[in-house]
Amino acid sequence: MTKSEFEPKIVGFLCNWCSYAGADLAGVSRIQYPSTLRIVRVMCSGRVDPVFILEAFKGGADGVLVAGCHPGDCHYLSGNYKLQRRVSMLKKVLEQLGLESERLRLEWVSASEGDRFATVIKDMTEKIKNLGPSPLRNGG
Amino acid sequence: MAKEQKKLKFAFYWAASCGGCEITVLDVDEKILDVVAIADIVFWPVAMDIKYKDVEAMPDKYIDVCFFNGAIRTEEQEHMAKLLRKKSKVLVAFGSCACQGGIPGLANVANRKEVFERAYLQSPSTNNLDSVTPKTSFKVPEGELKLPEFFDTVKTLDQTVDVDYYFPGCPPKSDLIAKAVEAIAKNELPPKGSVLAPEKSVCDECPRKKEDKKISKIYRVYEVVPDPEKCLLEQGIICMGPATRGGCGAQCINANMPCTGCGGLCPNEVEQGAAMISALSSILGVGGEKEPGYDAEKLIAQIKDPLGTFYKYSLPASLLRRRIIEK
Repeated sequence: MTKSEFEPKIVGFLCNWCSYAGADLAGVSRIQYPSTLRIVRVMCSGRVDPVFILEAFKGGADGVLVAGCHPGDCHYLSGNYKLQRRVSMLKKVLEQLGLESERLRLEWVSASEGDRFATVIKDMTEKIKNLGPSPLRNGG
Repeated sequence: MAKEQKKLKFAFYWAASCGGCEITVLDVDEKILDVVAIADIVFWPVAMDIKYKDVEAMPDKYIDVCFFNGAIRTEEQEHMAKLLRKKSKVLVAFGSCACQGGIPGLANVANRKEVFERAYLQSPSTNNLDSVTPKTSFKVPEGELKLPEFFDTVKTLDQTVDVDYYFPGCPPKSDLIAKAVEAIAKNELPPKGSVLAPEKSVCDECPRKKEDKKISKIYRVYEVVPDPEKCLLEQGIICMGPATRGGCGAQCINANMPCTGCGGLCPNEVEQGAAMISALSSILGVGGEKEPGYDAEKLIAQIKDPLGTFYKYSLPASLLRRRIIEK
C-alpha cells in the first residue's frame, strides 16, 4: 500500500456533552472532513478506560482520538482531568512499547466548536497518513 | 496396599523462572508430609533424578496434577509444556511467570538479539573476547551439538497450552498451596479456569489506614521512610494494591514496602497495567487542577518507568504483549 492510497482508520471516543455535540455541529454545518473517523459516543471522556484505547490499537486502529469538554467544563466536574492523566500515562507506556505517541491524541472540543472538530480530524488524518499504517494492524 | 494404589501423582516443572516457586513448595514445611501421604511425586527436576524421556514414556494423562512454574521463552520449555499437558489430567500455571509472564516477561521490551547482546557481550562483568553468543547448533569434531531455540517473545503458559488452574504470586503463598492440595485430595476443585486465590484485591487485605487519596508528589521507595500506619499510595509511593489480586496477606506492605503486583489482575479486570493507570490517574493531582501551575504532563513525568511499574509481572499477558517488532 502506498502512502497516498493509505486511508487511516481512527477510532474516536467522544464525550456526549461536548465533543459528540461538536461533531454533530460539524455535520449539520456541512463542514467537510475526512471519513477516517469511527465515532464511539461515551457519556464522559472520563469513562474511557485505558483498556478501550489498547483494544482499539490491538484491533488494528491506526489512531485513537479521545475528545472531551474543555478543562473546567466537564459535565461531571472532573472526568476530563482524570482522562488527561490517564492518556499521558498511557502515551508513555505506548512509547516504551514502540508505538508512535502521535497515534493517540487527546483534544478538547466543545459543543460549539464544529469547525475545530473538523480541523482536528483533518490534522490527525494527515499526521497518521505520514506515519503509515499501525504496526499492530497484523497483530504486531 | 489397596489404599496406596489410590495415591495421586504430582509433577513439578520449571521453565523461565528464578526457582523461587520451587522453594515455596518446600515452605509448606511439615505439611509436605501430608502431600507425600496423598501423592507420589513422579517428576520434579529440581529435586529428583528423572529424565525427560521417562516423562515421554508415561502414558497420556498419567500425572494427576502438574504444577508448572515459569514463562515460556525457549523451544525446550515449549516442548515440556506441551509434553506435560499431554501427560497430565490437570495443569496448573504456578506462580506469576506461568500465569502472566512475570519478571522474565519484561524481556518483551527487547528481542533475542538485544537480550544476547546485553547478557553475553555488554554486561560489565562479561569478558567475551570472541563475542560468542548461543547458537542452536554447533559443529565439533565429535558431531553436531544442539541448543534449544531462544524466542524473541516470552509467552505465558496459557498462550502455549491449555491451562486448568492459575496460581498467581511471586512466589505463590504456601498456605494457599496447602489449601489447594487439600482441595485436590478431596476432589473439591473449583471450575476449570479458576484462579486459586481469593477474589479480593491486596488493598482489601491491607491493614493500613486509608483516608483521603490525593497526591501531588510521587516518591520512589528509597527516597522516603514511609509511615508504617498510613496507606502507601497516600504517601506518594506507587503501590499496585488497588490493581492486584490478594491472597498474600499484604506481606510486602506489612514490611513497609509497596505492592509490586505479583498477584496478577483482579477478577473482572482485562489488564493489570491499564487498571493501575486508571487507579493512579484518579488520585494523582486530584483537587489541584484549577491551581495555577497545574500540569498533567509534569505530574506524570514523575513516574520513572511506567511500563516496568504497571506491568512488572504482566507484560506478556497484557493486551499488546510486547514491544512492537520492527519489520
